[in-house]
Amino acid sequence: MKSSVITFPGSNCDRDMDVALKKFGFTNKMVWHDDNELPKSDLVVLPGGFSYGDYLRCGSMASKSKIMQSVINFAKSGGLVMGICNGFQILVETGLVPGVLLRNKYLEFICKNVFVKLDNKENTYFKNLNKDVLEFHIAHNEGNYFCTKDQLKEIKDNNQIAIYYCNNEGKVEDQYNPNGSIKNIAGIFNKEKNVLGMMPHPERMIDQSLSGEDGSIFFKNLINNIK
Amino acid sequence: MIVNEQIAIEHGLKSEEYKKICQLLKRTPNITELGIFSAMWNEHCSYKSSRLHLKKLPTKGKKVIQGPGENAGVIDIEDGDAIVFKIESHNHPSFIEPYQGAATGVGGIMRDVFTMGARPIANLNSIHFGSPQHKKTKNLLRGVVHGIGGYGNCMGVPTIAGQTSFDSSYNGNILVNAMTLGLVKKNKIFYSKAAGLNKPVIYVGSKTGRDGIHGASMASASFDEKIEEKKPTVQVGDPFTEKLLLEACLELMAGDSIIAIQDMGAAGLTSSSIEMASKGNLGIEIDLNKVPCRETKMTPYEIMLSESQERMLIVLENGKEEIAKKIFDKWNLDFAVIGKTTNSKNIELFFNQEQVAKIPINILVENSPMYDRKWKKSKLPKKNKFKNEILNKFKIKDVLKKVLSNQNICSKEWIWQQYDHTVMGDTIQKPGGDSGVVRVHGTNKAVAASVDSSAVYCWAHPLTGGKQVVAESWRNLISVGAKPIAITNCLNFGSPEKEENMGEFVECVQGIGEASKYLNFPVVSGNVSFYNQTKEVGIKPTPSIGGVGLIKDYKNMISMDLKEVDNLVLIIGKTEGHIDQSLFARTILDEKNGPPPEVNLFNEKNNGESLLNLIDKGYVKSAHDISIGGLLVAISKMCIKGNKGIKIKKPKNLLNEIEYFFAEDQGRYLIEINKGDLKEVTKILDKNSVHNEEFGIITKNDMIINEKTKLTIDELKSYYTNWLSKYMS
Repeated sequence: MKSSVITFPGSNCDRDMDVALKKFGFTNKMVWHDDNELPKSDLVVLPGGFSYGDYLRCGSMASKSKIMQSVINFAKSGGLVMGICNGFQILVETGLVPGVLLRNKYLEFICKNVFVKLDNKENTYFKNLNKDVLEFHIAHNEGNYFCTKDQLKEIKDNNQIAIYYCNNEGKVEDQYNPNGSIKNIAGIFNKEKNVLGMMPHPERMIDQSLSGEDGSIFFKNLINNIK
Repeated sequence: MIVNEQIAIEHGLKSEEYKKICQLLKRTPNITELGIFSAMWNEHCSYKSSRLHLKKLPTKGKKVIQGPGENAGVIDIEDGDAIVFKIESHNHPSFIEPYQGAATGVGGIMRDVFTMGARPIANLNSIHFGSPQHKKTKNLLRGVVHGIGGYGNCMGVPTIAGQTSFDSSYNGNILVNAMTLGLVKKNKIFYSKAAGLNKPVIYVGSKTGRDGIHGASMASASFDEKIEEKKPTVQVGDPFTEKLLLEACLELMAGDSIIAIQDMGAAGLTSSSIEMASKGNLGIEIDLNKVPCRETKMTPYEIMLSESQERMLIVLENGKEEIAKKIFDKWNLDFAVIGKTTNSKNIELFFNQEQVAKIPINILVENSPMYDRKWKKSKLPKKNKFKNEILNKFKIKDVLKKVLSNQNICSKEWIWQQYDHTVMGDTIQKPGGDSGVVRVHGTNKAVAASVDSSAVYCWAHPLTGGKQVVAESWRNLISVGAKPIAITNCLNFGSPEKEENMGEFVECVQGIGEASKYLNFPVVSGNVSFYNQTKEVGIKPTPSIGGVGLIKDYKNMISMDLKEVDNLVLIIGKTEGHIDQSLFARTILDEKNGPPPEVNLFNEKNNGESLLNLIDKGYVKSAHDISIGGLLVAISKMCIKGNKGIKIKKPKNLLNEIEYFFAEDQGRYLIEINKGDLKEVTKILDKNSVHNEEFGIITKNDMIINEKTKLTIDELKSYYTNWLSKYMS
């Protein structure tokens, strides 16, 4: 399986993602933001970091990078595109997924483990996962997902909500919401479910010496689904 | 502008220093030259008050590749790998403008590390604030934490450990010390020594602006009520540009284009150009019109003294300009050939085709002032006698509650949750442990690092305090299973022109030297920050020690959380009941006098090495060093982290219970072992003459101290975790 990780100026989880993808069997290529062509890929990842320093608005300048036109075309033709953290912010800015990501409710960067509840397994990312609650890791300042009422209705109707912040038992309640996201939303799909944007970093949870191993479960399942 | 003595004094030079300049130059300097002298001869750059004493520190060792004198120290961690590390202060700027001051402190220390070719892999910090009740403390703390996070998070370097304290002596002068570790291949280390004639000198990174002019001079003066006016001397950080600069420099360093490289930190272009030329015994010629400027009409004086961030000066091999330019263009950074190396041994500056400065470099460097300041020796204070009747009045539970929730002990999670501590995917021990630990990427090795300071002990008796900080750093590394290798120090003191403050400095340095020599724990880098005072009042002497150690197989790392019910907890090291200067004495008895606990270096070494031996043999399940707060605080943290209880054995010795539980005797650890290993473990410890005793047995929940005293883990947690977040909300 072939994957591509895009490096923007200021990306800083690109190497971590490369390590994770390779660990679980992808043949990964790093792609420079200023390139025109996307290599042949089964999965494209927009990694975390601070593309363009988060200046102007998180993800906005990166969304206009040269390579992004190819990524957008790839997504529109049904290709798998996953944006993690800053990658999610970039996806939102391209309009591939709806909504915006605001500053965290308490106006502070937050780095910790969180639990997320899977809402929809009818897609390549989560199909066949034998768990409904995963322990992931977040590290962000602008992860407060927001959308209009109409948009919220639409994404609900289309089953576009991918994961919710919850507790270890899968309870989705306000007290488990780390950043003020509307309805505890931690990640969403596009309508077709081939594009996934989420704030948590599965690539930081890939061996037992790190923060946990649920990232391994996610990646192993993902590559099996793509095969 | 005609230069005279008055102008020199306004630049922070002393009258006799100005006279010496005129004498050495055999003429009056022009204003640009005066600016250069003031930058090179201030305390921050010249170490004029400290040099004499710093020379006495042990700086060599088998594992030391580079000691003090370069951008950072370098140690060998085997297999061709090396760790580059250093700690540096950014105190004054952080007090004036906490966000930018702290941010640029972090940016500056990371630059020092990647200048040497190393990719930064971990950040640490030691931050000290005034009393929580002081009106500025909350905002300063918030600003500093946001600043540290803002810079480090954006760079994608995990912040893995730190230290925070509150003390009214920092009310008017907070401390912000930032430390970075970088990883480099031993044969790819870059230095700042220029070599060869007519080599191009290139400028890369951000443009030069008017920010930070005289930053280093500001850092070399005391504060007064007009300090807010100094805001323009604080630099403004741009971590995004620094991230690009890091990647671009590492890309260029992969080839063979660079002869020497130096970041533009304190005193900017002035000190970087002069240091590179001086180390290479060369001259340097710079055309200031070629320096990329952010603002129009900048004068030579401003260009030379700007402390704009994210800039580097590089001496290239001839003919490599195009290769280098291509890389910096790719990363959208400024690149300019601004001069060349010469054999004149002068620094020569040109502006609009005119020579605007010409100074022999040796005058600036070797002839810089060095002072043997007067200093006052401290006496060891007399011990207090605490009567049993007084001590017995206290209930252990009440004391524990107060101590655990004290601002200098309680959990600092509110702070470190704002730092990305997991990026780079190698953090295997997060903040909140004895040391932070990161794996050496792609290997089985891991590097542990901690940063410590004990201002209270140093204030009570500087010599003992100096030793203690080094010993504590050593213990913190051993507690995670790391073999201590070397330290970096950040020496924060009041005015060297006051005998008491200078005495504190001299004796702390002596203590640091004695301990690091005895423990074979050399000092490989550091920085001195004097004039940490407002008006006449200096801070408590606060040397921060950053220690680094190696874990050969990261799977053998130890953490402090209790692991298994029915396991035993032992105390290593003897509890003598030293209460003076303990948190208990200072905050509960309100007794601020008395000597700090004695540091017995033989015991430190023996206990530490024996513990490492036990860890190597696989006996140790968890470990924690016993420091501020004493035994009960240490075991509480182990219980909280492991979510387990403990039944404490009745102590065999005859100390009063309060003394036993809250004394701060040094050289002690708590360790967890299997019941079945007790005999073997005791045998090894006894054989090495290490004092050890059984402390208790791990239970499912509840801490049972004696028949009358019992606490649940939730109670302990609520004491320990709530203070800071409540204070900040």
